Amino acid sequence: MDKVSLKDFSQNNVCLHAECMDKIYPGTKALDNVSFDVIKGKVNVLIGENGAGKSTLMKIIAGIEQPSSGKIYMDGEEVLFRDTTEARKHGIGIIHQELSLFPNLSVYQNIFMAKEKTRGKLILDNKTHIGLTNKILNKLEHPLDANTLVGDLRVGQQQMIEIARNLIQDDLKILIMDEPTSSLSQQEVDVLFKLMRELTAEGISIIYISHRLEEIMKIGDYVTVLRDGKFVANAAVKDISVPWIVQQMVGEGKSYPKRDRKIDWSRQEKVLEVKDLTLPKSGGGYLLDNVCFDLKKGEILGIYGLMGSGRTEIFECIMGLRPEHTGTINLEGKALKVRNISEQLDRGFAIVPEDRQREGIIQTLDIGKNISLSSLKNYAKAFFVDSKKENKFIDEQIKDIHIKVADKSLPILSLSGGNQQKVVIGKGILTSPKILLLDEPSRGIDIGAKTEVFDIINQYAERGLSIIVISSELKEIVAIADRVIVVSNGIKTDEFSGDEIKEESLVLASYKGHYGN
Amino acid sequence: MNNSKTIKKSNNTLVMNLLKGRTLIVLSILVVFFSIASPTFLSASSLLLIAKHVALYGILGIGMTYVIINGGIDLSVGAIVGLSGMIAGGLINEGLRMFGYTIYFSVPLIVLITIICGALIGIVNGLVITKFNVAPFIATLGMMYIARGFALLRSNGATFSNIVGKEGLGNTGFEVFGRNVGGIPVGAIILAIIAVIAAIVLKKTPFGWHILSIGGNEKAARLSGVKVKKVKIMVYMISGICAAIVGIITASQLVAAHPASGESWEMNAIAATVLGGTSMAGGVGTIGGTIIGAFVIGVINDGLVMCGVSEFWQMVIKGLVIIFAVVIDQFQRNLQAKMALQSRNENK
Repeated sequence: MDKVSLKDFSQNNVCLHAECMDKIYPGTKALDNVSFDVIKGKVNVLIGENGAGKSTLMKIIAGIEQPSSGKIYMDGEEVLFRDTTEARKHGIGIIHQELSLFPNLSVYQNIFMAKEKTRGKLILDNKTHIGLTNKILNKLEHPLDANTLVGDLRVGQQQMIEIARNLIQDDLKILIMDEPTSSLSQQEVDVLFKLMRELTAEGISIIYISHRLEEIMKIGDYVTVLRDGKFVANAAVKDISVPWIVQQMVGEGKSYPKRDRKIDWSRQEKVLEVKDLTLPKSGGGYLLDNVCFDLKKGEILGIYGLMGSGRTEIFECIMGLRPEHTGTINLEGKALKVRNISEQLDRGFAIVPEDRQREGIIQTLDIGKNISLSSLKNYAKAFFVDSKKENKFIDEQIKDIHIKVADKSLPILSLSGGNQQKVVIGKGILTSPKILLLDEPSRGIDIGAKTEVFDIINQYAERGLSIIVISSELKEIVAIADRVIVVSNGIKTDEFSGDEIKEESLVLASYKGHYGN
Repeated sequence: MNNSKTIKKSNNTLVMNLLKGRTLIVLSILVVFFSIASPTFLSASSLLLIAKHVALYGILGIGMTYVIINGGIDLSVGAIVGLSGMIAGGLINEGLRMFGYTIYFSVPLIVLITIICGALIGIVNGLVITKFNVAPFIATLGMMYIARGFALLRSNGATFSNIVGKEGLGNTGFEVFGRNVGGIPVGAIILAIIAVIAAIVLKKTPFGWHILSIGGNEKAARLSGVKVKKVKIMVYMISGICAAIVGIITASQLVAAHPASGESWEMNAIAATVLGGTSMAGGVGTIGGTIIGAFVIGVINDGLVMCGVSEFWQMVIKGLVIIFAVVIDQFQRNLQAKMALQSRNENK
């Protein structure tokens, strides 16, 4: 444990104690023996990288999910939450990371859903609903017509509704806020913080998850750091600094071997050049704000950023999935008019999507068909597919990317996650692309397979293929990329190459985009 | 510049109001058209006939509206109409044979039994959908065949005719549901009562909110503490009850129960619901809209018959009206989104 004194964590001011929480999903352990205390009347901050287990822990405390093992105590007594209603009965409210509102219903209906006030137990008392709604919205300094449809509101306003829903609970003891500020303006954040101070003064405990480090220093009282589903450290905010948090989040752990390529990149030709890439957000603001970068031949460019930072949107713009973007995209010196995905594929772009199960593979087809799907027209003879030619290419590709497979006509789901990912990469490569875009290529696959996937990526880069990799795993991106750009809040905040690529600097840069607004 | 913007905006508002009342406008146009095209259209006897038919589509449509707002679909209602008619007709003509005895029930009891049967079928639909995660389309498609099969099995495909009961058995009076009271068909009165109750429940009770919430965002509803499965089962049960009531009225109107009656009526119910502005995606819809939709379907059906249009052309025209309604619905949605965005930008 760290230098911090832990006398504040004594029994009498802990209002909720979660002990030895485990949560196992098929294939991964989201929480590993984590214990967590909520201090009464304080802002308890929970922090960690993507996938550290913060949201899982909160879902368990709010009764949305049940732990695989572990116990929760409130005021010294063991409690068990089978659903959100039971957690709410114990005074626990949650503001979700993703909005969970009803766009088809009005503001007051959203606020009182499943907590209706009735006259004679049967008929809704909408006068009371509207009155209380106005009261709570005024408290939030956000007066709105209670009859407005929530679907017609800005995202920031919707977030306020989500917050208001939890405040109408009379016996609120613990309020969980999972990244409540991600879509709020600075002014709205100030109102929220003021409100949080009022709530804690009333003795309500707050569990606060945020990716914005400066916010934590401003509003937090205690901080708990999680990493890879495990407890790392806790401390009182007054005793620590931002670098301490970053250090705890990153950890030391083992890292992948850093590759060493002796290439003078300044002399390599530019394959892709992206200038002033801007993508407006539907509720106002920007998903991408004047992002510029380039890609050299044979280079592996990493893009690091937190969830929602705009990293995936960059790929979507390049692939023509976001026709509303502005800015220029030059391929080999020629400006492109990006209109749709099939045109981009023809021009030599290939993409390996983030969600392998939903967007990468076609579960109902066999291994071979999954590999040849994108390049089928190369094997076409009049209206028919030349299976001999197709099979030849499939076999070569299977060998090339080291898929261990007995028979290529087996179903794709018979392969492990790692081998499935290789199939998806192989499918992209068979189209003989100039540029390969990989979105989280190592997501949900085991360590051994990860190394193999990286070997394949390296191997193709050596052969001259230009590759862009998005990854939220620091160690991976440090190991694999020749150069890394960091996006945060839609802004490119920094760029590192060679030995400058360090985990700490990447993490710091990934929060920078939020300071400006 | 500014001026033209204001004009455009007020234009939008006008178009919006026209769109909102579109089904009513279509209905008025149809009525005017048919009263010119067919001299008998506006006579008392033909209006009574239309009202009788509208009552059937309307009651089915109310159940369907609940189901569709909830985010589902119920294809089994037409078959439940046929089966309930057979249950009621069979109980009147043959009674219930049990332990070597034959029991004859009074008409109110028969009505109650039939409605309970409809409710049970609906509950089974709901259970299959919620407990076994079967898509509503498939679950109710299966139930459609099952219910129709049982309707045919009940009398081996034959009709129960003259279901008026016998004085001595104390089961007379079933034909009352097909009669007129004070010049108004009983079916239409039942429709009015059910419509008022259904509209109040949807608008004014927690249960109504929960139906809307599940159609709008099922995950959020669950997280808010709405008992999603229970509400869904209730909704299919209500649809089953509505279908059973229609089955009783139909059999009573004809004074006969035919196993094939109600065939493809689920489509009329869906059409009435969609014409009434209920979104197939769930979350949006009103009972009042569905009733107007049922009138449109009824007027088209009977009006075309009175004009002597062939049955085959009737189908084509009905299909066109339904597609046209949904196209306009999409148009309205886009306009609404545009206007919301506009007012949001102005507020900034």
